[in-house]
Amino acid sequence: MEPFTRLTAVGLPIDLPNVDTDRVIPARFLRKDRSVPEYSRFLFHDVRFNADGSERPEFILNQAPYRGARIVVAAENFGCGSSREAAVWALAANGFRSVIAPSLGDIFHQNCFKNGLLPVILPAETAAGLRRRLHDRPGATLTVDLATQTVTAPDGAEHRFEVDAFGKEMLLTGRDEIGLTLGFEATIAEFEARHAREMAWAVPPRAGT
Amino acid sequence: MFEKIWARHVVAEGPGGHVLLYIDRHLLHEGAAAAFGRLARSERRVRRPDLSFATADHYLLTSPGSPTSDAETRGMVEALGRHTADQRILYFGVGDPRRGIVHVIGPEQGLTLPGVTLVCGDSHTATHGAFGALAFGIGSSEVEHVLATQTLWQKKPATMRISVDGRLGPGVNAKDVILAIIARIGAGGGVRHAIEYAGSTIRAMSMDERMTVCNMSIEAGARAGMIAPDETTYAYIEGRPLAPSGPAWPRALAEWQALPSDPGAVFDREVHLAASEIAPTVTWGTSPQDALPITARVPDPASVADPGRRESMARALAYMGLDPGTPLSDVMVNRVFIGSCTNSRLDDLRAAARVAKGRRAVVPAWIVPGSGLIKRAAEAEGLDRIFREAGFEWREAGCSMCVGMNGETAAAGERVASTSNRNFEGRQGQGARTHLMSPAMAAAAAVTGKLTDVRTLGG
Repeated sequence: MEPFTRLTAVGLPIDLPNVDTDRVIPARFLRKDRSVPEYSRFLFHDVRFNADGSERPEFILNQAPYRGARIVVAAENFGCGSSREAAVWALAANGFRSVIAPSLGDIFHQNCFKNGLLPVILPAETAAGLRRRLHDRPGATLTVDLATQTVTAPDGAEHRFEVDAFGKEMLLTGRDEIGLTLGFEATIAEFEARHAREMAWAVPPRAGT
Repeated sequence: MFEKIWARHVVAEGPGGHVLLYIDRHLLHEGAAAAFGRLARSERRVRRPDLSFATADHYLLTSPGSPTSDAETRGMVEALGRHTADQRILYFGVGDPRRGIVHVIGPEQGLTLPGVTLVCGDSHTATHGAFGALAFGIGSSEVEHVLATQTLWQKKPATMRISVDGRLGPGVNAKDVILAIIARIGAGGGVRHAIEYAGSTIRAMSMDERMTVCNMSIEAGARAGMIAPDETTYAYIEGRPLAPSGPAWPRALAEWQALPSDPGAVFDREVHLAASEIAPTVTWGTSPQDALPITARVPDPASVADPGRRESMARALAYMGLDPGTPLSDVMVNRVFIGSCTNSRLDDLRAAARVAKGRRAVVPAWIVPGSGLIKRAAEAEGLDRIFREAGFEWREAGCSMCVGMNGETAAAGERVASTSNRNFEGRQGQGARTHLMSPAMAAAAAVTGKLTDVRTLGG
């Protein structure tokens, strides 16, 4: 996984609350492998493109100042709904590395950490203020610094955020989480043996396949 | 209850309150293909194939023979069959009567038990919480992690207890309860919380009804939703094929009886609802929180003070093609879908059949049972005949029109009365308009062609 340390990039304001992952990537694209060349087009596909594949000029990502945006600044509960990790993959395929919001869908939040995207939770008023500034000055940049846990707004104001210590460590180092856990093999095996004794009823009988 | 299950599954402590949590059950469907692929490329094996269980549900059509719509979806189903065979994982594929929606078959087979941890790469995994399991949805990376290690790094969520008390009125059921809860706390109200549903209304529910409630926890933002086990739970589980049996049964029972939250248990947040205030409910917008009693009118954005909320309401109404002030019971529908992991169990089909009996569907109406076994059981009761005589389509098990990924979708502009869980834009097809409701209400819509208060139909 690509580590995340510090990023200065154009911010993309998305004002709609409760943006669900069906909107981020419609379900019919979930069968597609991430490696297909058109993958980046699946992001926000049905609100971003017309039926003939042409861009909808009113959709913010299609507007010139936002084309290079790498930081989403969203409203409440962004990424709610389906667990599809493809929502994060589609954002990553378009260069996004961080999502700032007052709250994020729980599964989406976890999925960000697994793919080198930094989820940043800021108070609703702070996030709304950032979005306002990004609308006022389209193409303005933000800086997100994971080590110091700060977001620097286009006007230079600094906002501190909290982040899970575990997720922070994984993002800063870009470590393979499964590799890390497999390092606990002895502990897992010991737990598993005790668990199988203490909760023997929870081990299902082997059914015929 | 949550704390008890959590504590019992902590393998190791990590930084910042994260723990390595042991997973007792891992359910899989076609969506696991990417995780299996990465696992194979890393030359890793499935650590506990005996704790992993797979079924095909998302990508199959529900027409006779459960075919697929094209080569891509067929590839998804075949990949699951191949990976599970390679890794010796129990798999219910096409032709197996045990095949069905992953959240229906777990309980049906006796895999879902009180006190266990259960995960699945699907946000509706909270369904299994109805048995007092700690069950939650995970993403593809976490699926791979569980396959490889049978554990997950997790941070303990906050707890919320939602108590519903009193007797539900006629025509009001579990779906109305959960829609009313979501409308109350909002689509993000449960973010970073595990919910416990409690109170006399919940206690009085069957397991099928409790699963409907827990299923939609994610629509209130919560990854997990659970209900303390009781005699109803034990009666459901006993005798299921993969449930504890013989000498294991009394030992399991003794442990389960100690699971419910202690009387003095403290929750980070408490919410109370009175059953008497809950009416048959339908959604009008594009978020599950946009729910109102069927007796209400389409709300008016102009009456909302908050500009953000006003704009999102106006946007939702434009997508839904609804005018403010229209009585909800005047809204015409084009199709009806009764199914999904929310409402495809025997109780749901019985409720719909009671309404359909002796009437006639005036719009296309699909009944999609949650599993092959439910389909059989319903046929043994003659429910299929009632539906067929009423002009409903009786179909094979699967996710069908809930997910919009298998080829079964509504057309742009079509309005669907649906027992599924999400009314998001495009969820049931590009431009399709979804109104969520209970099976009885959906059946009522089928026989009248519009959103209908099932209480007005009589009988």
